[in-house]
Amino acid sequence: MGELKLMKGNEALAEAAIRAGADAYFGYPITPQSEVIEYLMSEKPYERTGMVVLQAESEVAAINMIYGAAGAGKRVITSSSSPGISLKQEGISYISGAELPCVYANVVRGGPGLGTIQPSQADYFQSVKGGGHGDYKQIVLAPASVQEMSDFVKLGFELAFKYRIAVLILSDGVIGQMMEKVELFDQMPRLTDEEIYEKFPWATTGKKKGTERRIITSLDLDSHKMEEHNHHLQRKYKTIMENEVRSEAIHCDDAEYIFVAYGSSARIAQKAVDMARAKGIKAGLIRLITLFPFPEKQLQAFCKQGVKGFLAVEMSAGQMVEDVRLSVAGCAKVQHYGRFGGIIHSPEEVLRAMEQQIIGG
Amino acid sequence: MITFEDIVKPENLVYEKTSLMTDKALSYCPGCGHGTAHRIIMEVIEELGLEENTIGVAPVGCSVLAYEFMNIDMTQAAHGRAPAVATGIKRTWPDKIVFTYQGDGDLAAIGTAETIHACNRGEKFVIIFVNNGIYGMTGGQMAPTTLPGMKSSTSPYGRDIETMGNPLKITELVAQLPGTYFVTRQAVHTPAAVRKAKKAIKKAFENQRDDKHGLSFVEIVSNCNSGWKMTPTDSNKWMEENMFPYYPMGDIKVDGKLVK
Ligand SMILES: Cc1ncc(C[n+]2csc(CCOP(=O)(O)OP(=O)(O)O)c2C)c(N)n1
Ligand code: SF4
Repeated sequence: MGELKLMKGNEALAEAAIRAGADAYFGYPITPQSEVIEYLMSEKPYERTGMVVLQAESEVAAINMIYGAAGAGKRVITSSSSPGISLKQEGISYISGAELPCVYANVVRGGPGLGTIQPSQADYFQSVKGGGHGDYKQIVLAPASVQEMSDFVKLGFELAFKYRIAVLILSDGVIGQMMEKVELFDQMPRLTDEEIYEKFPWATTGKKKGTERRIITSLDLDSHKMEEHNHHLQRKYKTIMENEVRSEAIHCDDAEYIFVAYGSSARIAQKAVDMARAKGIKAGLIRLITLFPFPEKQLQAFCKQGVKGFLAVEMSAGQMVEDVRLSVAGCAKVQHYGRFGGIIHSPEEVLRAMEQQIIGG
Repeated sequence: MITFEDIVKPENLVYEKTSLMTDKALSYCPGCGHGTAHRIIMEVIEELGLEENTIGVAPVGCSVLAYEFMNIDMTQAAHGRAPAVATGIKRTWPDKIVFTYQGDGDLAAIGTAETIHACNRGEKFVIIFVNNGIYGMTGGQMAPTTLPGMKSSTSPYGRDIETMGNPLKITELVAQLPGTYFVTRQAVHTPAAVRKAKKAIKKAFENQRDDKHGLSFVEIVSNCNSGWKMTPTDSNKWMEENMFPYYPMGDIKVDGKLVK
């Protein structure tokens, strides 16, 4: 059993970055995730593992530091919250085009604009539909506990390097700020220079005599080659859709009505399931862990099983619900319920919405 | 009669193309200073024996394709972001030699924040800053360095300093920051200028190799004959007469001390 600690979600993420053998964190403070860089600065990971921690002049600079270091084969991570994530989008697009591995977290707050510092899930579209320019995808992991804030850093790096892709840990102000018990995984070693030369033949590490030089770029002025590169990216995304879907079904075996939720909304919906079951309603929850790839097939299987309706519960005006509708393609009723702008829905509200919009509606 | 074979012999060799330039034909307009600047940087890296350890960063501008010509490991960066990209590389690979190659729009407009903060943190890499007073790549729009009264496609009646501001002397500005160790302004339009510029670039890379405290910043005032709508010869003359008075040649800071 790993070391047990009581930690904030943001701190667990920061500690996990050190333990996952990250080479560097580059970031810029913003509520509700400033604890990530604060924790790292006070932990002195450069003494523990040699990991670099640097406060950049902006989120734009931070993501470009990530781009540079990732292109040179390093294991790098950044984090921010909604307005800062908007600033990072140019960099994410370049990272996606150049196929660089990295992990970054968005501890989402309410928007649009400066919005509020309270929790929200209104950055779903930005996360899964491509917040920057061009046809690209990133793997999106949605933690619903402090434990997962830690675990998904490790998983995120595994996936990022397996597919040379950006992995987004899409958290929210609740998960980032709350304290829970977390079992920390053991310290993993950072890769040595030699391991980097050997493992990443694409990384810019200095051209050795008699070897091909390495170039990190997302540019090709020949549109035929650029189309081929795009096909290559799309094939990669398809492989990810086939192999990396993760979700958790709770009380779904005999369910007639299913809540679809991720992150803190999934915790609230789980409470609503218990309340519904106590009332004799056959309710279940599918908690989405990967938002891209989206658990389409899992939702379709519920249709075959005879589920009568789905309620998408999210702290937004209705974003993920669109993907639920696309997945089940009219086989059952799909509705959305959610508070937004920084307000968190209660289990009672969520259950009432299921009763009124799906069961009774 | 002396034949070709008589001349082409190793003992007659006076100049050789550096192996750190590829054989790909340069995409720059004939007469443009970018090609010369590329060549002397690569010669310096070769002469110092640093090629196996060097990573270059070229952001958007006419030189975005520098990686096609510079025969070393290169990272292409977004417009203005090269100093941040280089920071990411240098901080995680402190033993590598890292440099950026940036235009004036890139370094002094969209990337001002990244430039100033990399200089201020004293990042231990080299910035090569090619100032041609215009946006070459996008077709000759006004740059932060465009001279007062100078015409460009977005200042067709000449740069009006009342509404468009004065040209930004960013090199003098970064020289004020304790984080810069060596700041100099050079040109590459004559053989004498090329020799001086190469010496300055060499010093910049030596500073980094020797792990000196701070960033080495080399501005190269250059022409953009296409953007300025002049012949290459006229553009060099115009540059001497108009750019040099505003952007005077020479060292501004040496070994961490202001000399101007
Ligand atoms: C975010 C962004 N904005 C604008 C552009 C378009 N753009 C490409 S190069 C350039 C200006 C380049 O000028 P400079 O840096 O002076 O280099 P030069 O081409 O003169 O060598 C601009 C505006 C871009 N590629 N990206
Ligand atoms: S447009 Fe100007 S800077 Fe660009 S290659 Fe041509 S002359 Fe050089």
